[in-house]
Amino acid sequence: MQMSVESRQFGAPAAGDEPILALSGITKTFPGVKALSDVSLDLYPGQVTALIGENGAGKSTIVKTLTGIYQPDAGEIRVSGEPVHFATAQDAAAAGITAIHQETVLFDELTVAENIFIGHAPRSRFGLIDWARMRQQARDILTRIDADLEPDMLLRDLGIASKHLVAIARALSAEARVVVMDEPTAALSHKEIEELYDLVERLKSEGRAILFISHKFDEIFRIADRYTVFRDGTHVGSGLMSEVNEADLVRMMVGRDVDQIFPQRQKSPGDEVLQVVGYSHPTEFADIGFTLRRGEILGFYGLVGAGRSEVMQSLVGITRPSKGVVKIDGTIKVIRSPADAVSNGIVYVPEDRGKQGAVIGLPIYQNVTLPSLSQTSRNGFLRLAEEFDLARHYTQRLDLRAAALDQDVGNLSGGNQQKVVIAKWLATKPKVIILDEPTKGIDIGSKAAVHAFMAELAAEGLSVIMVSSEIPEIMGMSDRVIVMREGLIAAELEGDALTPETLVRHAAGIGEKQP
Amino acid sequence: MMTFLKSREAMLGAAILLLLFLIASRFPAFVAPANLVRVFTDTSPLLILALGQTVVILTRCIDLSVAANLALTGMVCAMLNAAMPGLPVAAILLLAVALGAFMGALNGLLVWKLAIPSIVVTLGTMTIFRGIIFLISDGAWVNAHEMSASFTGFPRSTVLGLPVLAWFGLLVAVLVAVMIARTPLGRAFYAVGGNPHAAIYTGIDVGKTQFWAFTLSGALAGLTGYLWVARYAVAYVDIAGGFELEVVAACVIGGISIAGGAGTILGTILGALFLGIVKNALPVVDISPFWQMAISGTAIIVAVTLNVRNARAKGRIILRSAQAEGATA
Repeated sequence: MQMSVESRQFGAPAAGDEPILALSGITKTFPGVKALSDVSLDLYPGQVTALIGENGAGKSTIVKTLTGIYQPDAGEIRVSGEPVHFATAQDAAAAGITAIHQETVLFDELTVAENIFIGHAPRSRFGLIDWARMRQQARDILTRIDADLEPDMLLRDLGIASKHLVAIARALSAEARVVVMDEPTAALSHKEIEELYDLVERLKSEGRAILFISHKFDEIFRIADRYTVFRDGTHVGSGLMSEVNEADLVRMMVGRDVDQIFPQRQKSPGDEVLQVVGYSHPTEFADIGFTLRRGEILGFYGLVGAGRSEVMQSLVGITRPSKGVVKIDGTIKVIRSPADAVSNGIVYVPEDRGKQGAVIGLPIYQNVTLPSLSQTSRNGFLRLAEEFDLARHYTQRLDLRAAALDQDVGNLSGGNQQKVVIAKWLATKPKVIILDEPTKGIDIGSKAAVHAFMAELAAEGLSVIMVSSEIPEIMGMSDRVIVMREGLIAAELEGDALTPETLVRHAAGIGEKQP
Repeated sequence: MMTFLKSREAMLGAAILLLLFLIASRFPAFVAPANLVRVFTDTSPLLILALGQTVVILTRCIDLSVAANLALTGMVCAMLNAAMPGLPVAAILLLAVALGAFMGALNGLLVWKLAIPSIVVTLGTMTIFRGIIFLISDGAWVNAHEMSASFTGFPRSTVLGLPVLAWFGLLVAVLVAVMIARTPLGRAFYAVGGNPHAAIYTGIDVGKTQFWAFTLSGALAGLTGYLWVARYAVAYVDIAGGFELEVVAACVIGGISIAGGAGTILGTILGALFLGIVKNALPVVDISPFWQMAISGTAIIVAVTLNVRNARAKGRIILRSAQAEGATA
């Protein structure tokens, strides 16, 4: 892989081509969060545009805007120069814009042909589905993209790579002029990725515009013609790939300034609390080793799918490691179940609050005391007064805003639900608390509260493992950072070695080149 | 939220009162205390089974084998009594509960260890239990004259003005209500049904919790098995055929969410009473029993619709509490 050594000013689009799809001045605000602020994005026929940015930069919001799922608050969308308004996803599809998502949205129990033509199947004279024609057309498209698939195969029998091919065939069947690929290679093997590149080349030669979202620099440089970089919902730069190098892109992605305020912390880690040696799983991670000291905040950084959450889930007994040792306070412990982890003082606040955090339907106080019921019960019977005391104590510490403790958790805002979940775990008086993306999807104010609280916990001697994909948060909160890539530890960074650039380099697997 | 739940049960309570009022306007004797006791006694088996079913449904499962469990336990008790008339009722009660619990535990183990959907497991065991009744009885009936007087007399005997059967209904209702509200296991039933993923992280074993729900449901079905056979003084293969659906209906009318994790014991009690009153009142006011099915069916749909509407109203409350929050902040 060879790229231009020259770096130039960003933001100079090549003259000549007319973009098929042009978004300009797009602004989109969600309650409490400005997801996109005056961004622009141009897609050209026969060219691949890479959309680059950290998590939370606004990549998926812009994809949802140009596929008609979100309507922008301000800004203009032009298709072939004509201003358009996408009220629904169908409108965008009718304009020839198709997205192939990370988790492909296809139907497992239907055949390949049905999946390709769902919603626009060829009809016979009587308005019934013309199966013969549908199969024939499906076969034509599959041949065109060199896919070794039969129209009558059931989708559930196919691998992920083949499902991508079906999704692409579906985009072609709808005569898509713009194809959005959102991290298409995330779950593919090397051979499958090569096949995907060939396919992208073929789509290019047919004059389609491709928006390619990826965190992997090698593939961006391999297949993209242009780039657009977003950071924190703003447009940072765009231009031709031939005019930039990796260092330029990394600099644009992470920026120089960390403008969030993080609490000042006295760094005085104590004794080793947790030691993990040679921790491995058959398919998800291998040879994970690290130590955690009393009062320390250890950051885990990596791209989505790097295996960070999988390691944490294994540490708390949700999945079993194939080998490896966990020592707590110097003695080897075997954690077989989440209940074991709780009783050994390790708790895990998972990322997906809705699915794994609060029990919607139970009141706040019952959510808080759920893992501590042995504390609040006598002779096998629960004591409501003690439950309320425990819940009140910990929710007050977290500054929970709720009308009453017997209010349903479902009626709280996301940030306050997160506080209930954290209160629940603190009530078990843990030694180690693992926070997985603790501030994902919550507003700035709640973020600051969670950060302040995290610092307070560490100061009190609790050890914190923070899994986060947000560079400012990792930089601002961690004493040390472990970077994971593809299930392995890529680096352990501390002090001066801990910079946004080194984080991104290790996470994305860019070699140790000079910027 | 409390006012909310209260209002759901209050609505059902009001519907029951209205029903009683309508019946009383045509047939005043129906609401005489003695008759109400009779209706409650008659509803007790349904109530006991519905209480067990409630716990199962709370954990996002369903137990379709309760009626078959009841029939098999009843048959075993009846045959045992016919063979050994001297066996004390206390021993038979104990045996009935143990046998029922064993069958329930079997359901629970299959759901827990093999992770088979509960509707499939209990559909299977339901058929198996009915088959076993036929095998042990050769399809023959055990009739009143083969049963001892103490065996058949026990559920009918009155204590403090109430038949023993009715006392069992009350006792089980109180025990299950306390268990649900005041024990860690009771809380676990709600957590497992409300958010199984969160329950796992909390250290609650989802499968094990469901196992205990099935065991409890089975034990209550076994208890009812003896009471049923003794009360009607007959045991045969098909007793309580299809009764499991009436049991599920009582839960649903009482506001127990089929999606798990939501509902109250008071709701189940009211749901069972509603069905019991409809069943007993219709013949009295001279309406064909087939109407009973139509009324039960309508009640189910109305109850579920109200639950769905309640859930929607819940969505709107978010804003109101957000406003309240903003005011206090």
